[in-house]
Amino acid sequence: MIVIVDYDAGNVRSVQRACVEVGGDAVISNDPAAVADAERVIFPGVGAAGAAMRNLRARGLDAALVAAVEAGKPVLGICMGMQIALDRSEENDQETLGLVPGQVRRFAFANPALKVPHMGWNAVSVRRPHPLLNGLEQGDECYFVHAYYPAPADLEVVCAVADYEGEFCCALARGSFFATQFHPEKSGRVGLGLLERFAAWDGRA
Amino acid sequence: MLSKRVVACLDVRDGKLAKSVKFVNTRDIGDPVEKARQYYLDGLDELVFYDITASSDRRRIILDVVEAVAEQVFIPLSVGGGVRSVADATDLRLAGADKINVNSAAVRRPALIAECADAVGGQNIVLSMDIRHVGASRAFPSGHEVVIDGGRQPMGIDALAWVREGERLGAGELVVNSIDADGTRDGYALQLTRMISDATRLPVIASGGAGTPAHLYEVLTEGGADAALVASMVHYGNYTVSGLKRYLNERGVKIRMSW
Repeated sequence: MIVIVDYDAGNVRSVQRACVEVGGDAVISNDPAAVADAERVIFPGVGAAGAAMRNLRARGLDAALVAAVEAGKPVLGICMGMQIALDRSEENDQETLGLVPGQVRRFAFANPALKVPHMGWNAVSVRRPHPLLNGLEQGDECYFVHAYYPAPADLEVVCAVADYEGEFCCALARGSFFATQFHPEKSGRVGLGLLERFAAWDGRA
Repeated sequence: MLSKRVVACLDVRDGKLAKSVKFVNTRDIGDPVEKARQYYLDGLDELVFYDITASSDRRRIILDVVEAVAEQVFIPLSVGGGVRSVADATDLRLAGADKINVNSAAVRRPALIAECADAVGGQNIVLSMDIRHVGASRAFPSGHEVVIDGGRQPMGIDALAWVREGERLGAGELVVNSIDADGTRDGYALQLTRMISDATRLPVIASGGAGTPAHLYEVLTEGGADAALVASMVHYGNYTVSGLKRYLNERGVKIRMSW
């Protein structure tokens, strides 16, 4: 059973529908006990880092997520669920979960033709093989919507990058935690494939 | 870099697919869920539903359509038509819409843009504008006027002034729909699209007038658009989504080619 963590930060039902499409058994919950009991956990989210952390802490979900990762349970972060796994975000100057050392920074471009948020389809290039990225081919694109990007301190965690006036980390892994900046639930076949592999993943790289 | 997007628009009336010519004489052309799934499997980058239902139970009907499509289509879904309040926007989001289009109600009450942006995130609010060429004048420095209610009602607002106001209020994207080009299949309003692309940092979806693949190429290059919206071109089977994308890709437009 996959538990999709609901903390008022996004379209959890889109993620659930995509899990159902690939044959995953997924429920939505905001209960830390459900996270503790889950076989695997998806941690989605859009919106601002400050509100996301407030909502997580108010329900005790922050500690539940950290405990799940420490226990070696497969956990997938998506978008804001990736960003708040790092130590700190420039958005709302917010301290975050600290599952992965590093910062989250805002895109800042001198070129006015480059738009923020980075919104649309962009190519995902695999930098380090990972079971969840098996099957991704050169040129495969995923759907992004974000104004901030993760900058992990340890480049070893970077699994894939995308290019938006320079490369940024769009997929990372640390132990049984895997996260994407893009939205697999909105990335067609490529994204569904990732979710299908997550539904069967044992949490080991 | 981001790929340019091919976006298909499904006008939905009473839960069925309709297509208008110059915003009148709509006729039913099929099941929106079936079409949506077909385009998704054929490489569509984004789907827009425009609800043109006039009946009083319209909200329930469109929510059912969005929900049914969201179960089968795993690309961004954008929904508009008659969004008048934050409740309309949040209901559509819960049903499965990623982006909410606001149009006439936002022209009448611009604060709607800021309220919806606050509720569901500015990046998810699309300001859809119906624009008519009127010639440059003191009242319309851009030579274009905003019209509402399906193109019937002129509002005395300059198109570029509305673009700037929409951006200031927190919209995340613009649909530029030319009333003059809509349904003609003679090509997008290139000059209008370019003018607006140059005046904003928001992504621009060009709408109205697509008749041949070359029209998409023109608006994504000369027109400066980030996305090209198609309707009748693909609805009647004259062109396929994948065929359009191949055409653009062969001509050097950056486009998503694996799906």
